[in-house]
Order: sequence, then structure tokens, then C-alpha cells
Amino acid sequence: MANAAEIARKAEREDVRSRWLLSAPALIIIFLAAIGPLAIVLVYSFLSPGPYGDVVWKFSPEAWISVFLERDIFDETLSLADANLAIFWRSAKLALLTTIATMVVGFPTAYFIATRSERTRDIWLFLITIPFWTNLLIRTFAVLQIIRNEGIINTALMKLGIIDRPIQILFTDTAIMLGMVYVYLPLMVLPIYASLEKLDFRLVEAGYDLYASRFQVLRRIIIPLVRPGIIAGSILVFIPAIGSYVTPSVLGGGKNMMIANLIELQFGQGRNWPLGASLSISVMVIVMIALLLYVRNATGPDTRNG
Amino acid sequence: MAERFSIRYQPGFTTIAAICFVMLYMPIAVLVVYAFNATDSTSAWGGFSLHWFETGWNNAQVIDASIRSLKIGATAAVLATSVATMAALATTRTPPYPGLTFKYAFINQPLMVPEIVTGVALLIFFSRIKIWSGYTGLGYLIAAHTAFCIPFAYLPIRARLESMDLTLERAAADLYATPWHVFRRITLPLLWPGILAGLMLAFVISLDDVVITEFVKSGGQDTLPTYMLGQIRRGVTPEINAISTAFLLLSVGIVTLFFFISRKRD
Repeated sequence: MANAAEIARKAEREDVRSRWLLSAPALIIIFLAAIGPLAIVLVYSFLSPGPYGDVVWKFSPEAWISVFLERDIFDETLSLADANLAIFWRSAKLALLTTIATMVVGFPTAYFIATRSERTRDIWLFLITIPFWTNLLIRTFAVLQIIRNEGIINTALMKLGIIDRPIQILFTDTAIMLGMVYVYLPLMVLPIYASLEKLDFRLVEAGYDLYASRFQVLRRIIIPLVRPGIIAGSILVFIPAIGSYVTPSVLGGGKNMMIANLIELQFGQGRNWPLGASLSISVMVIVMIALLLYVRNATGPDTRNG
Repeated sequence: MAERFSIRYQPGFTTIAAICFVMLYMPIAVLVVYAFNATDSTSAWGGFSLHWFETGWNNAQVIDASIRSLKIGATAAVLATSVATMAALATTRTPPYPGLTFKYAFINQPLMVPEIVTGVALLIFFSRIKIWSGYTGLGYLIAAHTAFCIPFAYLPIRARLESMDLTLERAAADLYATPWHVFRRITLPLLWPGILAGLMLAFVISLDDVVITEFVKSGGQDTLPTYMLGQIRRGVTPEINAISTAFLLLSVGIVTLFFFISRKRD
């Protein structure tokens, strides 16, 4: 009577327990060296800065105030922290522009790959993947050499007589954007390709049978069907772009900072760890909002295709 | 122009794709070409030479940083792949159980946080531990690298496991193999390509990291990428091109290997 159901239940419990044991090392490492420390950042953002970096264990909302507001050194009045807000604005603007630019270039490229024959498709995909796995710093450095005043673009334009003085691209916002488009492009192409690969071209054919033009087919059939891929690509590009550190520090020079450089400054010469911590939390919040929008869109009313 | 009448044709797309591929490879090609330049310019061609590779090879700092990179990368990749393999075994081929989705989310979480934030978090956390324990070795970098490599190692291993059904394992168990024997003689050999792919991805990801390393490293712990970042900020000689070229060769080699291993999955 020690019935079978009970034995089965016991075996199942044991199975679940051993599965927890088996995954414990991975979970613990990620907790200790990735997730847990994020909580400490939150705590630090509410402490006072120490004189030589680090913090003094005294509660202070000052760091959060100075993310958005500036205290006048003479009369203690508050005004908007223009410098910080300008950097936030630049980061958001550049990340968005990068996302749009990668979409404009990435979608046709993914479409091109998806419409190749089975055999050559793998090669094209491989060509997109290689830059993705090569060092981001090296790729950024490669862009730097191209757009410098003595770089190949300016030299070519001058030889052709189109311009007689080099165009200053390096150390501008344009340079940062070009660099980010370059390094994050594969992140847009791959998910769009994954969606396009599953596209049923009979639907496209049906569109043409009903006298749709090329553009109408693209706008009314193809793009709505691959929307999940486009949204996933946008998220994959936007998140690293808004927190980008290497690209602005190599291509933006010292002046054109993005949020990540501002954060680094607080832990270096700025010696204001709480402010650095609150800026980091702000970046996290922006990323969270982007992810929430993504989840809402990905599971929104458009799941009825198929 | 048969393609023009295909239902798959969209005007201009092929041109944009062509531009995209040229754009992707042109800067890298230029970078590699100037690594072989004889003069110290990275824009005017002065003849072919291996001079800058020699300079890099004889630069103690470069060799030092490279060895450190390889050490951290190898250790982190092995650690991350081992724990990721265990985690993948624990989260696949099972009916849903409480905590399963939590584990997925947890393991993939490092992918969701911008590197700069993780970097700052680890800087704060480890600087406390450094004060308490007095230890300032490579352990911190290895721990950080292991953590962000886990999701990358986990993905191919999990994918491989999901394509394996339990029949062979069940058959072995029916023939009185112990669970350890089943794992050692059946699961592991079948899973091996996935593990190898995970190991290589983790290694490449670790080698490439700049941001988190930059924040976690103590003085004198430059890895090759952070050393290069410092040099690039100071001004550019073809030596950086030469180092980049060698580095590229290594990454592309590993990725190509990975590509062939994962293609032979059937």
C-alpha cells in the first residue's frame, strides 16, 4: 500500500532537489559577481562621498539630487544640472539614432541573406558573425583609422578634389554614432534574419496576385511579419549603445562624453562614488524601461500572425 | 535580370547589403594592411615590412598583458563552461518545475545589464573585499569574467541538450548502468560538441572584454584589450595595428572552429 503515486512524488522531489544542487554553482557565481553587487550600487548611491574616493557611511540624497540638479556654490540654490542632462540627452539621442541607422542598413542586409540559396546563406551569415565575435575595441580602432583627418575617407575625397580640407569627423558625435553603428550592426542583422528565415513567401506571392506593388508588399506583409525580429534587434542594439563606453572614449575624445564616461569620471578624477552609483542606477532604469517596452510589444496584439 | 521578376526581389536591397558587407570589412582590411607598413604612419604607405610585429613581440608590456589575457580567459572559460554544463543539465529535458524560469532569467541576467553598470558594481564590491582580505591577485578578474561568460557557455550546451532525447540514457539505465556511468559513457560524449562550442565562446568573450576588466583590475593588471585602450588614447602607431592583427587572427580562428563544430551537429 506504500502506493506508487507516493513513490513517484518522492522521486520527483528528489529530482528537483538534485537539479537545484546541479545549477547551484552557476547561480552562486552569477549572484556573487554580477547580480548581488548591483544592490550595493543602489546602497552606495545614497551615501556621502569620501575625500579620496570611496564613501563615508552617512546617508545623503545629495548624489541623486546632483544627477539632475546643480547646487550653486555661493547661495546653495538649485538649478538644472545642464552638463549631466546634456550627456544623458546625447547618450539617448545617439543610442536611438544608432538603432534607427542599424535598422535601415540591417533590414535589407538580413533580407538579402534570407533570400539566398540554402547553401550560400550560411556563408553570408558567417560573414556577419565574424565581426560580431571580434574584439569591439579593435573594430572601434579600425573605424578611428578610417575617419581620421589623415584617414582613407578624407584622403580619398581630397584626391578626388571634392574637398580641399579634411572634414573633421573624429571627436564629434557623428564619429561616435558611426562607430556604434559599425560595432552593433550584426546585433540588428541576426535577429531580423532569424525572423525572415521563417517568413512564408506564399504570403508575398498572394500579395502580388492581389496587385500589390513591391513597396506595399514590403510595408503591409513583410515588415509586419518580421516585426518581432526588428524589435529584438532594436533592443539588442539600444541596450549596449546607451551604456557604450569604449566607442565614445576612443572616437569622441575627452569632450563628447556619454553616460558611461561620466560614470567613469566619478570613480576617477571626480572622486564622487555616490554620484557614479546613482548615474549607474539611472542607466539601469533606462535599460529596464526599454526591456519592459520590448516585452509589452513582443507579447502585444501582434502575436496572431502565422 | 531574372531576379528582378522574382517575388523575393526588393529594389535597392542588394545594393544596401553590398554596401553593408563592404562597410563591415573595409575598416578591418585597412587596419590589417597598415600593420605591415614600413614607416611609423598609419595613413601613408611606406612599403611592406614586419617591423611592427617585431616591435610588439619585443614589447614586454604587450607580452605580459597577452599572457594575462590568456590566463584569465582560459581559467574563466573552463570554470564558466563547467558550471554552465551542470546548469544546462539541470534545466533541460525535464517537465517544468518550480524555479525553472527563475533559473533561466538568472543565468541570462548578465546579458541584460550594461557592462558599465556591472563594472561599477564590481569595482565597489571588490574594493571592499580587497580592503578586508588584503588579496589583490587575478582572482577578482577571473571571478568577474567567469560570471559574464556563463550565459554564453550555457546557450550552445543547452541547445545541444535539447536536441538529445532521453532514450539512450534510459536504455543504459535499464542495463544497470549507474547514473555516473550513464553520464560518463553516454550523456557526456553526446554533449561534447556543445561543451566545446560553449568553451570557445566563453574564451572569446573573455578575451574581448574591455569595460568590466578596466573597472575591476588593480594596478599592473592590464589585459591586452585594456593595454591597447590605454595606448590608443595616447596616440597611434602601427604597433597597435600589428597587435590588433595578431589578436584578430586568433579570434577569427576560434570562431571559424566554432562555426564548423556547431555545423556538424547532426
